[in-house]
Amino acid sequence: MKRELPLAITAAIGVFMILSFFVPHQAVSVPADFLQASAIIVVAFGYVLGGANVLRVNFDGIYKRQPDWPYKILLLAGLIVTFAIGAIDGVEQHGGFLDQGTRSKWIYDNLYSPMSATMFSLLAFFIASAAFRAFRIRTVEAGLLALAALLVMLGRVPVGDLATHWLPAPARLGAIQDWIMNVPQNAAKRAILIGAALGVMATGLRVILGIERSYLSGEE
Amino acid sequence: MPGLEVLEKLDRRWLFLIMGLLVLEPLMFPLALPLTVTRPVQGFVDAIDKVPDGSTVLMSCDYDPSGIPEMVPMTRTAFRHLLGKNCKVVITVLWPGGPGLVDSVLSEVAREFPDKKYGVDWVNLGYKSGNEAVMVVMGQGIANAFPRDYRGLDSRSLPVMREVRDYASFPLLVNISSGYPGTKEWVQQVQARFHLPMVAGVTAVSAPEYYPYLQSGQIRGLLGGMAGAAEYEKARGEKGSATRGMDAQSLGHLFVAFCILLGNLIRRRPAEARS
Amino acid sequence: MFFAFVLYFIRSAEKGKKPFVRRIAGIDAIEEAIGRATEMGRSVLYIPGILDIDDIQTVAGLVILESVARLTAKYQTPITVPVTYPIPFTIAEEMVKGGYLHAGRPEQYDPNSVRFVSPEQFAYVAAVTGIMLRDRPAAHIFMGSFYAESLLLAETGFATGAIQVAGTANVHQLPFFVVACDYTLIGEELYAASAYLSGEPKLVGSLKGADLMKIAIVTTVVVGCLLESLGIHALTLWMTTQ
Repeated sequence: MKRELPLAITAAIGVFMILSFFVPHQAVSVPADFLQASAIIVVAFGYVLGGANVLRVNFDGIYKRQPDWPYKILLLAGLIVTFAIGAIDGVEQHGGFLDQGTRSKWIYDNLYSPMSATMFSLLAFFIASAAFRAFRIRTVEAGLLALAALLVMLGRVPVGDLATHWLPAPARLGAIQDWIMNVPQNAAKRAILIGAALGVMATGLRVILGIERSYLSGEE
Repeated sequence: MPGLEVLEKLDRRWLFLIMGLLVLEPLMFPLALPLTVTRPVQGFVDAIDKVPDGSTVLMSCDYDPSGIPEMVPMTRTAFRHLLGKNCKVVITVLWPGGPGLVDSVLSEVAREFPDKKYGVDWVNLGYKSGNEAVMVVMGQGIANAFPRDYRGLDSRSLPVMREVRDYASFPLLVNISSGYPGTKEWVQQVQARFHLPMVAGVTAVSAPEYYPYLQSGQIRGLLGGMAGAAEYEKARGEKGSATRGMDAQSLGHLFVAFCILLGNLIRRRPAEARS
Repeated sequence: MFFAFVLYFIRSAEKGKKPFVRRIAGIDAIEEAIGRATEMGRSVLYIPGILDIDDIQTVAGLVILESVARLTAKYQTPITVPVTYPIPFTIAEEMVKGGYLHAGRPEQYDPNSVRFVSPEQFAYVAAVTGIMLRDRPAAHIFMGSFYAESLLLAETGFATGAIQVAGTANVHQLPFFVVACDYTLIGEELYAASAYLSGEPKLVGSLKGADLMKIAIVTTVVVGCLLESLGIHALTLWMTTQ
């Protein structure tokens, strides 16, 4: 029963949600909307569990003086201070804790935004190092791949068109990259997408039918 | 060759340094390389141009501060484009880290139009958790999904929302997104289901993923990364941060191409020479 | 049609007809990676993507996690699973616990092995790269949905010298994984992995159904191309969604 009941609920809700995609009638759409909204609430409660785990793992690390324990203090301080400030601002501003001039907005603008943007911008550096280290032309196919990569990379920026502006329009880098993106790239992408979409449907069906049940924990 | 031996053992931080300098240099001393407006970008411009003046457009800005360099220039130009056509704009955000940033960007652009009032000509409905679920709930009523706007006002009481019921109230969806939930989910959940025409602005790295949608007509136009944003600025006769960033991106691409060639040159040497 | 194909093959598998599945090198490499981590006396880092449970790739990643946890339990190798969202976090805990239970070593399960980090994409990257650089796991397994963080994680992982196996259906991130990892599962291979790993006929049967559907789609594409080339648009118009 411990496994059968969750499987029955999964199957019933799964089939109902599939039905709601095809049947716009209120008898289906209203309960479907209710279920979607309920899912949002369940997820929100899930954050309590997540927060508790962060506290447990890191307090444990500090208590046991793990090699990196000072970082854990920093992490916990950041978590607790941001949460407390958000809660206080939320009460003072009647929920608008990210309004202009609040302390939360200051944290958002001066800590969160630059740190987030910095992490993303690291990608440019990592792409250069990956290109140097790992883009090996060992075979004819790899050579074609590298050629396509170079053409697209240079064709997508102004310098590509500048270097080939003396050529007839269809032979310019911009036009060549446009063709690569629209024809071979698109064809290959569609093939992978179709395969992946079928994989999504098959996995979904396995879960709904209760064939894939390992996510229900190991206890029989 | 001793030079190649040194390069083979090159610390990758040297590459990082060169890349950093190449990006920095044109930002300080612009090269002003010429730009060409490509078809996907022209499609984006045309789709907005075709929206009847004065209609209400849905704009979803699904990104957070990590997407500032690519997403913010697109948001600015698109919002300016829509306000310039006297369109009313309803904005949503499906990324938790995005509402504060999006609100700052929109408020900054709205100040260029002194006659446009918040709540009358545009509204920021803010963030709602739930990803695709929110998109589906919006199909039953925009105000159902967003009962209050970002500033805590009752969204049903705002003049801009009086004519807005569900997706049928909009002639176009403008989606600026840097990942999940974003363009793919809007196409799957809203365009395919409610047949709402849409255009999209996405990150450069994810742009190839949306070409099938572009070719099938499910997306009317596409801005791919900073290059797309810069072309959009050019098409609108603006010179924004994307146009300025394109010189840096050009040099960055050149350097990556150079790295691929150099990396292969080094490793093509016979094994004995390398050992 | 798709559901009918899948149900038919599941049914025939139930009757004892086990379909053939080709070898997937990337999945075989997972065991090799865990074996290497065991030899080196270091841990395994498993990342089930960065999305919530409503993305089916996360479900696939978590299902594979159970098999991986079973192997780490068998080899008595520690596993670390940093997770982005709370619901996948609770499921990941169950998966790892289940893996240890099935391997007959429930007492070895470490409750701190599955960690909730942050749903914030780049905060998660910072935390995971920190784990890679400080704890130096010998094997990194990335299975699920990945975005801009794919190269940041895989390149940092490469720098630590770990053996890396990745799998994602996010096509635009595949090139980064292919370049920086030792093995990569492409698109539907990620979804096939759980069936492949379990070897259960019913799961394998569902793969066969998907394959048959693919043949139907390819046939439709070829017929559509021919008809369009001949100026007959009926099929295209019938397929148009807007």
